[in-house]
Amino acid sequence: MANLKVALVGNPNTGKSTLFNLLTGLNQKVGNFPGITVDKKTGFCKLSSGVSAEIIDLPGTYSLYPKSKDESIVFQVLADKTNPSHPDIIILVADATNLRRNLLLFSQVADLGIPMLLVLNMADLAKKEGISVNVNKLAERLGVQVVTISARKLSGIDTLKKAMAHTTLIATQNTTIDARNYAPAAVDAVKEKLGDVSDYYALQVLHQHETLTFLSKQQQEEIETIEVTNGFESVKLQGEETVARYRQLSKILNEVVVDLGAEKKFALTDKIDSVLTHKVWGFLIFFFILFFIFNAIFSWSSVPMDLIEGGFAWLTTSGHEYLPAGVLTDLLLDGVVAGLGGIVIFIPQIAILFALISILEDTGYMARVTFLMDKIMRRFGLSGKSVVPLIGGIACAVPSIMSARNIENWKDRIITIMVTPLVSCSARLPVYALLISLVVPNQNVWGIFNMQGLALMAMYLISILAAILVALVFKFIIKARERSYFIMELPVYRMPRWKNVLLTMYEKSKTFVFEAGKVIIAISIVLWVMSTYGPSNRFEAIEAKYAAIEANSTDSVQLASLERDKSAEKLENSYAGILGKTIEPAIKPLGYDWKIGIALITSFAAREAFVGTMATIYSVESADGEQGELRLRDKIAASKDPVTGLPVFTFATAMSLMLFYAFAMQCMSTVAIVYRETKSWKWPVIQLVYMTTMAYVAALVAYQLLK
Amino acid sequence: MNAQLVDDLKLSQLNPGQKGTIVSFTDAQMAVKLMEMGCLPGEVVEVERYAPFGDPIAIRVAGYQLCLRKAEAAVIIIE
Repeated sequence: MANLKVALVGNPNTGKSTLFNLLTGLNQKVGNFPGITVDKKTGFCKLSSGVSAEIIDLPGTYSLYPKSKDESIVFQVLADKTNPSHPDIIILVADATNLRRNLLLFSQVADLGIPMLLVLNMADLAKKEGISVNVNKLAERLGVQVVTISARKLSGIDTLKKAMAHTTLIATQNTTIDARNYAPAAVDAVKEKLGDVSDYYALQVLHQHETLTFLSKQQQEEIETIEVTNGFESVKLQGEETVARYRQLSKILNEVVVDLGAEKKFALTDKIDSVLTHKVWGFLIFFFILFFIFNAIFSWSSVPMDLIEGGFAWLTTSGHEYLPAGVLTDLLLDGVVAGLGGIVIFIPQIAILFALISILEDTGYMARVTFLMDKIMRRFGLSGKSVVPLIGGIACAVPSIMSARNIENWKDRIITIMVTPLVSCSARLPVYALLISLVVPNQNVWGIFNMQGLALMAMYLISILAAILVALVFKFIIKARERSYFIMELPVYRMPRWKNVLLTMYEKSKTFVFEAGKVIIAISIVLWVMSTYGPSNRFEAIEAKYAAIEANSTDSVQLASLERDKSAEKLENSYAGILGKTIEPAIKPLGYDWKIGIALITSFAAREAFVGTMATIYSVESADGEQGELRLRDKIAASKDPVTGLPVFTFATAMSLMLFYAFAMQCMSTVAIVYRETKSWKWPVIQLVYMTTMAYVAALVAYQLLK
Repeated sequence: MNAQLVDDLKLSQLNPGQKGTIVSFTDAQMAVKLMEMGCLPGEVVEVERYAPFGDPIAIRVAGYQLCLRKAEAAVIIIE
């Protein structure tokens, strides 16, 4: 166990996460801050003295006054002594090339009176740019240990570990400003209420009490009263405080920093920016990169995905061969293992998408994409940062929704999460492929365009259009929780840190398997039970019927086909099958019969199950003799309505089905990940309802117009 | 110089390459955020470039590059 709790605090883009990775390695985990939708990254680190430290990576922020929900965590954790993450010491990570802005946060944190030390990261870069920092003098003026490191070049880490071990548990830092200059009466009143706190702590509580969850309702009300009776002007005082802090810091920095010549680091970045944010080249390059990502997610993942699929198929077959036959084995193999397979299959795509995204982030390109796309996306209630999740959705909504975490603004992020599953993902591809091949002729128009290809492309365009239009609707429905700020740093271009890229891949895949996995397995088991069991009298009747036929047959080919028929008949009479027949009246107007109803139910969990279920159901007809060994497509095309004798799969039915699959939320992995990302059932439920409604209406309109 | 005589000049009115010194802000809440990011009165800001559709703006201030929406830049009064 750790004997020391250490929190990392700092501005964004200071290398805080790199330092965290260096200190903890693979020895880290992602959890939650209680009650808040922010990931909590913790890890363990052995210090030189044999003392072990628990490192907590707090969200990057420019100030203790939060701009977003993520940033509000920092003060919540630092101010609440009972919070399990409350640190014994704070490491403030500062970018040595931009000390003044970084030290603003230092000075705020310092005034809370928690023991701390200052890390100057990118010290090597600062030196190159001609910025010389007198570290000893800085340490003396601030009253804390100052350690220079270069997280990229791995230097200074041992010194930092020693410094951590040597940090006294009594705060030594000098206070930068006197909090009593601002609303002294109110500060005194709060101190009286809360007991042993510093002046600045009391001032912060006055500013932020409405959102501090560790205060009781009564305390919040009492502080509100103090605020009102003392005429506390929060915004004005924040401004005054910030100006005062900068004035104080300027005095210190004038003695400590010698700038021998700057602007060098921008020369290259400026040149790159003039191309990457160019109104023509910028978009071309961006679309090329998107195409590359899209292509990589599909092509690089196909081999590992085939291997995983094959592996799980092998596991199921050999399991059935070697394990004793019985309900438990079936549950394990067809329920649990099948469910696991459905999760693991996504890992290659998740890993690839996140590797590429973290490279784009690390190099600084992502900030430029945001810059480039913001104005267009804002019209639809999205932000520049929504572009990547939406495009990633063409491959798979699951990693894309996870990547929406980069969007700081709550409303923008929720809208992005809500519409990403509308973008046609790779799991819809087999459904489209089957249905298009049924009803769209395989002909060329104008010599070059294949009609089936055009139909497929049309489905993708429809899905992207739907996502954008729904975003526009949500823009007017969802209320913003926080004022939206776009002010953002455009970091200098840098090489990606490959270790960070690998860690991100590992961490995201792990999170997905463990968090989404629980829900997916549970639903898989339910679905397995529903499609395996039915009312016992019906099942007994089927068993008896086939036992009688099989007893008279010796031909092995015929036996195999009888077994297929038996399982199809069982599926028909299972609870899923009964449900399929029950919902038939509801889906009749869409042009579907009860067989398609079963496929709709089994593909509630994962839409790719459609093709497999259709194969099982339609194998019934193959026993009728004449159709024999026809392929699935031909069987489906040949199927006739028993009453009217007309084909079931008309152009209208196929179009209606495709639209249904395009809009319906038939993916429990996505439901699970939306729950995890929003930490409430509200959003996945809304999403499920609106998408299903949209699917139903679209399918209904399409069928009624086309039939 | 004579900011009083003419209408206040906003950062959002500058063209790429033009510089100005921050005088004040017209929105107190936004001012706190901008100052935290280094946009202090007295600092020199330079408009680096506009995004292809004229919004957001990339500016250089206090030794680094910031981007902000045009509406946000409009609260910064410069001379």
